[in-house]
Amino acid sequence: MSAAVAAPGEAPAVEESLKVIQDATCTFCGCVCDDIDLTVKNNHIVEAKRACVLGKAWFLNHKTEDRPSCLIDGQPASLDAGYDRAADILVTGKYPIIYGLSDSPCEAQRVAVSIADWINGTIDTTTSVCHGPSGMAFQGVGEVTCSLGEVMNRGDMIMFWGSNPAESHPRHFTKYSLMPKGMFVPNGRKDRTCVIVDVRKTKSAKAADIFIQIKPRADFEGLWTLRALAKGVDLDPVQVQHDTGVELTVWQDLMQRMKAAKFGVIFFGMGLTMTRGKHANSEALLALTRDMNAYTRFVAKPNRGHGNVTGADNVVAWRTGYPFGVNHSRGYPRFNPGEYTTSDTLANGEADSGMTIACDPMANFSEPARRHLATIPFIALDTKETPTTRAAAVAFTVATYGIHTGGTVYRMDDVPIPLRPSCESPNPSDFEVLSQIERRVKALVGVTG
Amino acid sequence: MRETFILIPGRTADQGCGISEGKFLEKYQREINSLQVAPGDMTRLGLTKGDRVRLTSEHGQVEVCVVPSKGDELPVGLLFIAYGDVSSKLMGGDTHGSGMPTSKGIDVELDVLARPAST
Repeated sequence: MSAAVAAPGEAPAVEESLKVIQDATCTFCGCVCDDIDLTVKNNHIVEAKRACVLGKAWFLNHKTEDRPSCLIDGQPASLDAGYDRAADILVTGKYPIIYGLSDSPCEAQRVAVSIADWINGTIDTTTSVCHGPSGMAFQGVGEVTCSLGEVMNRGDMIMFWGSNPAESHPRHFTKYSLMPKGMFVPNGRKDRTCVIVDVRKTKSAKAADIFIQIKPRADFEGLWTLRALAKGVDLDPVQVQHDTGVELTVWQDLMQRMKAAKFGVIFFGMGLTMTRGKHANSEALLALTRDMNAYTRFVAKPNRGHGNVTGADNVVAWRTGYPFGVNHSRGYPRFNPGEYTTSDTLANGEADSGMTIACDPMANFSEPARRHLATIPFIALDTKETPTTRAAAVAFTVATYGIHTGGTVYRMDDVPIPLRPSCESPNPSDFEVLSQIERRVKALVGVTG
Repeated sequence: MRETFILIPGRTADQGCGISEGKFLEKYQREINSLQVAPGDMTRLGLTKGDRVRLTSEHGQVEVCVVPSKGDELPVGLLFIAYGDVSSKLMGGDTHGSGMPTSKGIDVELDVLARPAST
């Protein structure tokens, strides 16, 4: 059995039966760990060194499904026929939507935005049902932020609010936020205080020095309690206990520790954005972070879920000026969450055609949204069969980004990371599929060049 | 017997692994169809692992199996289920101008459907 080590970026040789890809990038979650050593045997990953439980499942289950690269109305079809039908669906629609993109590389996301522009369509990403409310809050409050490298080297007060990284981002603690020894925290975990605020005593709570269990749907009240304490406002202990489920003395102790920190970080999750209050919850957290900078250095970071959801925000923003939920029906981009976001365009019965890329709205959206999606012609791109690909008029089975294809993704702290593919796939990449569809769309709408 | 609870859908490691393995396979389906209930609520309602219950929200209804939550992970009155097809059926279509349906902290009514023959 021959063995070879492929340098980063080097294309894998098909004839090799065994090879190791060093520093491969895992794109399962927003941590985007780029230190994974993959052992590849006969075009199949058999070991993923340093990967977490989610990363191992991601890499070791990458096998190509026994499914055609293209299905039209559930029947196998040529790719060219699929591209033609897809372009026709998008151009014919009066309110076409494009949605997903969080598990595609930036290069493919860029093409998707172009298609939305050519067809005067609406483009939205899974951000809208993830940290979309935080995106709205960023616009309203601003973002005091930093990279994960700064957290690793400086963070001595690490807070998690409505986030359970032990299950959603398993290497977050060990690679970035709690365990690493850094320039200004040379003793690693011993130099850091970890606080977790949640309605559940999650698996992450075991890592906390202080766990604060608040009442469900009381995040807004808890955050504003801290804002008041930061400003020295007197609060009624009975009212605070009633509103937050936590004694005032606990919040006071936390605020003292936050002010005493040299570099505080609040990572926040969908416990804030998916709960009643939504963007108001995120705004409260960002405003608290801003307030804390009157006393010490404090930053806030959303813990992002999908591997390139942060890239989707960046690409859509630099192509249109807005991060998600962008409508081009007037020939220029307009942004309005609640109107142009996909949950709404579907649940309100407005979209009449669409394209989903690396997402599964037929499983994850509300019933009204699913019911409407089932009634309109749409195209689905995914690496695997899902309820959405089953319902699509045209379904493309695409290669997996980061395993079969290269490109660029953005880590949750907006740091771009290159992908290092390790295997080959018989299926086209989403970049190839979208580029072919774009070419046909341009021809249909009369755009040359 | 019908009681009101607050439901928190969320991520789990098994649900995340199940996405990579395949959404129609056993691991993923088992995870998204399992409702975690606080041990105190399990005892009070006379539930044992595997019993089926019906959850009804303002927007939908699902039937799932119950499993006791580990230790004190859940307080009494709170339920947890992994994100997926089942939890999404309990969400409404209205996003209140945010693009995001209320997907956590959902009010649900719980009905016990069946118990093992031995109980």
